[in-house]
Amino acid sequence: MVAKGVIKKGEYFDSVTLMLVARDASKIDGVIDATIVMGTAQNKSILEMSEMLLDEFRNASDNDLIIAVKAKNEAAAVSGLKSTQDLLERSRQKTTDSSEYMPKSIESAFKVLPGANMVIISVAGKYAAEEAMKALQHDLHVMIFSDNVPKDKTLEIKKLGREKGLLVMGPDCGTAIINGAPLGFANVVNRGDIGIVSAAGTGLQEVSSIISNEGGGISQGIGTGGIDMKKDFGGLSFLTGLEALIADPQTKIITLISKPPHPEVLERIGEVLKTNKKPVVAAFLGADPALVKSIGAIPASSLEEAALLSVSLSKDVSMEQFNKEIKESENKLKELAKGLAKQLQPEQKYLRGLFQGGTLAYETQVILKDMIGEINSNVPLDPTLKLADSWRSVGHTVVDLGEDEFTVGRPHPQIDFSLRNKRILEEARDKSVAIIYLDVVIGHGTNLNPGEELAPVISEARNAGNALIIVTVTGTDRDPQNKHKIVKMYKDAGAIVLERNASASRLAGYILQNPRGN
Amino acid sequence: MVDMDKANKEALRRLVSATPKLVGMGKAIDVVPGMKKNMLLHSGPPVTWDRMCGPMKGGVIAALIYEGMAHTKEEAETLAASGQIEFSPCHHHQAVGPMAGIVSPSMPVYIIENAAFGNKSYATMNEGLGKVLRMGAYSPDVIERLKWMEEVLYPTLDRAIRFLDGMDMKSIIAQALHMGDELHNRNRGATSLFYRAIAPAIVRTTSDPLVIEKVLRFIDGNDHTFLNLSMATAKASLDPARNIEGSTMVVCMARNGTDFGIQVSGLGDEWFTAPAEVPPNALYFAGFTKDDANPDIGDSSIMETAGLGGFAIGAAPAIVQFTGGTPKDALNKTLSMYEITIGENTAYQVPYLNFRGTPTGIDVRLVVEKGLLPFIDTGIAHKNPGVGQVGAGLVDAPMEVFKKAIIAFSKKYA
Amino acid sequence: MKTLDLFTSELKVINVGLTSFKESLEQEGFKVIQVDWRPPAGGDEEVMEALRKLMGK
Repeated sequence: MVAKGVIKKGEYFDSVTLMLVARDASKIDGVIDATIVMGTAQNKSILEMSEMLLDEFRNASDNDLIIAVKAKNEAAAVSGLKSTQDLLERSRQKTTDSSEYMPKSIESAFKVLPGANMVIISVAGKYAAEEAMKALQHDLHVMIFSDNVPKDKTLEIKKLGREKGLLVMGPDCGTAIINGAPLGFANVVNRGDIGIVSAAGTGLQEVSSIISNEGGGISQGIGTGGIDMKKDFGGLSFLTGLEALIADPQTKIITLISKPPHPEVLERIGEVLKTNKKPVVAAFLGADPALVKSIGAIPASSLEEAALLSVSLSKDVSMEQFNKEIKESENKLKELAKGLAKQLQPEQKYLRGLFQGGTLAYETQVILKDMIGEINSNVPLDPTLKLADSWRSVGHTVVDLGEDEFTVGRPHPQIDFSLRNKRILEEARDKSVAIIYLDVVIGHGTNLNPGEELAPVISEARNAGNALIIVTVTGTDRDPQNKHKIVKMYKDAGAIVLERNASASRLAGYILQNPRGN
Repeated sequence: MVDMDKANKEALRRLVSATPKLVGMGKAIDVVPGMKKNMLLHSGPPVTWDRMCGPMKGGVIAALIYEGMAHTKEEAETLAASGQIEFSPCHHHQAVGPMAGIVSPSMPVYIIENAAFGNKSYATMNEGLGKVLRMGAYSPDVIERLKWMEEVLYPTLDRAIRFLDGMDMKSIIAQALHMGDELHNRNRGATSLFYRAIAPAIVRTTSDPLVIEKVLRFIDGNDHTFLNLSMATAKASLDPARNIEGSTMVVCMARNGTDFGIQVSGLGDEWFTAPAEVPPNALYFAGFTKDDANPDIGDSSIMETAGLGGFAIGAAPAIVQFTGGTPKDALNKTLSMYEITIGENTAYQVPYLNFRGTPTGIDVRLVVEKGLLPFIDTGIAHKNPGVGQVGAGLVDAPMEVFKKAIIAFSKKYA
Repeated sequence: MKTLDLFTSELKVINVGLTSFKESLEQEGFKVIQVDWRPPAGGDEEVMEALRKLMGK
């Protein structure tokens, strides 16, 4: 063991700085102990106790700084001493202020930001309700991203919100766009005159992105969370959102998105729409169009159709013109399908849809069930078609990777691609697979490198087997990820890339209906 | 149900309207309520000899030797364990003590009077740094110093205090906050102010210049001279706020090196305790590490209870680095305490917060609701008796004591 | 109407939970403050219940 030291004459540091530097110095490789003290008698006796009072220190005065280092060997002591002196110098340079005060509660946050009008809550479900109540009691609108909020508390919050005329977006609400701001997982879209109320997170992302990409704009995108339209909650949040859009001067077209609502809820929506004069497009995916018409809304059979219809209404395009355009693009899609189908081998029969977005998984099943028959799923339309093992595909399969069995202890699939990437390669090696179908939902809150993380896997999959890979990308050019680059990367890797889930689903349907492209 | 907010307002009002004054001194047996010839007071909640930590046992040994009740460590230990010595918390006798906080019958104590409510509080004189009784040292030089303090320091100070007709403690504390003190770990400003006030009085009331010199040098050589006075001041200010029906204000936080305890105004004399812990984020003096540290000990957390110490750390840039950061971090630390206190003490101001009053009156409900614990800016003793202070740091009060208090409060009032 | 007030005012958000939501808003130029949140009563259900009784919830 070797001790080395140096005296710095006339240097003053306060004792706390010295202690901090000494603490960091003791962590240097090879250093056993470091001491940095002013040369007072008391400090010198402490040094003596630790066997670090070198001869040269004995004459140090109160105004001299002693730096002493104990190390395993000579070399370590010398370098340790130098490093310690560097640390000391650097401590002098610490001038930057740390961050601003972070309030510890909604109450104190409100004091720091008195004009606050919205609270976003994403803490564990067990606590989310209390926080939401606090927000509502302060007259703040609230978005609750958290799920697993107890039922009775959920009802309490939604009721209070409705009473007070405040938005309660959630629980279980992943997406909202308020005043153009992306809340939760949301895309950066153009502002405009189309207002959306959605009980489906990725549904809102898909519709708002397509609207924006087609030159339309969003006034407000109000999310309600997936459970709102059930009987228990009576669409309480949905109704508040709808009333808000009816009253909003900026909103000229209203678009509604949901799985088919409970009949009682549908009736309530009908009641509200009685006094409404604005056009309402409703994508209640899988619902009977006649029912939708009966409450005074224009039925859309898909998210894509809802978006396109809304844009047409916003731009005053005639229905005739609209239908003409739809027919043209559909023909193009069928042509594309024919060409692609020719690439398939006879034994390739099945679709394997691996989804990040729950609503998109649902929509694809709704579209394809009439085109290709039974689709097994972990979230099937028909309960008899539930997969025995979500990790094993059987026949035509659609998997929602955002479901609990996949996400326990893991980030959401819109953030973490690893699970799906593995599954893609498994499906690629299965010779009976005709199409691997993937959605990629970009925007704020999601994976920042969807290109780099998925394109190589697509390449590998194309090399491992003969399955076609269809990718649908949801998002806009203004999103933090570079959409153009991503689309190109996927195409270069060998995927067929579209930017609309419904079209992509129908493409898959046309291919499978006519497998050899005849 | 009882109006807790109203009760708390009253508790805070009493706390901030205190008029604490150092009026004189006396021997513990003569002036401390309930003191007995065979009694030793200690810091923190009640604890038995067998559960006492190293430094406290050392302090007990020193006190017994000092009192002449034992001559050796072994004799003292036997006596302490025999049941003939009665151990009682300082707090049960309107007293407070730093670290081991041992008060024995012959020890002189300061007397603080809170004229606004007529109550008093008591604390011994601070011995200095290093090998001292409050850190558990019991060697002959410790005893010798204690004797000098009893025979020379005490009468000198007492005469001087009475000559001055007493000394206003609140104004010293208020000024010290403007001088970079927080009155727990940093008392240099307050000690200096005390020295300025008392020195001329000592010169006037003591004839021997050698005694005058020694006394003045003793005060000068110990930055923490004022600590015991600030603790007694905090105690005197808080005691009138005890026993207010329905109040959730904490009136006492104290540790004995084994347990951490609090008392709550609306819950009477009941102690809520949890194991005391070694501060996890501390700075240690040269040659010492976390392995040497004793768990949290001392009545000095009365400072935070009264809105000073850690709660005023934004006023003490010099020791700010114990928070592990910059002066801004220290301000943020103080700011966070406003979230768990009933109000502010406008007499005690933090200059860097535009002279805002310190966060005062810990509300148990807010601590539990926000999951935000009061933190204490404290010194750390060596776990072995007699070594002394080995470091300093910030320690959070344990959540368990506040949880227990809430459950008890709910049972009593809801 | 409170929702109209929201739509016609500057959006100012209090974020309780995932910091990525705050970052997204800041990137797009919106005002947001992060709450340094921790679970009440350290997550202890019995204590939370006692607290609720006291706070009259």
